Amino acid sequence: MNTRKYELVYIVSPEATDEQVTALHDQVQAIVARFNGEIEKTENWGRRKLAYEIARHKEGTYVLEVINGGGELMKEIDRRLKVIDEVIRHMAVRVDEEQRVVDRARTVRQTWQERRRVARGLPPQIQEGEKRRDGDDREDDRFDEAGA
Amino acid sequence: MAMQKRSGGRGRSSGGRGGDKAQGQRRGLFRRRKVCKFCADRIDDINYKDVKLLQPFVPERGKILPRRISGTCAKHQRKLRTAITRARVIALLPFVGE
Repeated sequence: MNTRKYELVYIVSPEATDEQVTALHDQVQAIVARFNGEIEKTENWGRRKLAYEIARHKEGTYVLEVINGGGELMKEIDRRLKVIDEVIRHMAVRVDEEQRVVDRARTVRQTWQERRRVARGLPPQIQEGEKRRDGDDREDDRFDEAGA
Repeated sequence: MAMQKRSGGRGRSSGGRGGDKAQGQRRGLFRRRKVCKFCADRIDDINYKDVKLLQPFVPERGKILPRRISGTCAKHQRKLRTAITRARVIALLPFVGE
């Protein structure tokens, strides 16, 4: 069995208690264990407003699980979550392939940048206080007025 | 930060700005330039969980902002599309707004 990496997000109804949420997590974990998978990471995003109503709920508790396992496992999880009433929405996406592409793009860019820098007689790594930082200034708001 | 650096070079030669505001041709304005945000900021991973990143590309109505307006390059627009569709499924973004 080849392992793949999936991300499972499910939204628990806002009426559910914290215990119910943990119980659900345990349930998922049990299924994962049964299929010899593993849960790499669990994140509870807490209660969030939904962008649209689902089953007349306006908010819900989001839980994210990163799961390593096979397709059969995900099928089973999907089937189970469909049945459980507290889960008002769930989605599983396979992420390992995309992740690989992203990592590759990142390393390729990195090596090219280093090569360019060396050609310009600079040290390969970006120094403190230089203008452009590689990466993730995601707070950038340049496109806000286009979006609003 | 990234944008000042860019002003001398490529990226702004594009004449046809589509139906966008007339400010497009004005040299001095450096806001709203037709550069792919993801290329400029080197964002490789357009993730469906990152609502803050996706939000600007989903205007009020809930539609995906077309490339001709946002300036996103084809490659990143494709990734953006998948990310937005996924975000919609788990109600992080609306299918249809207001």
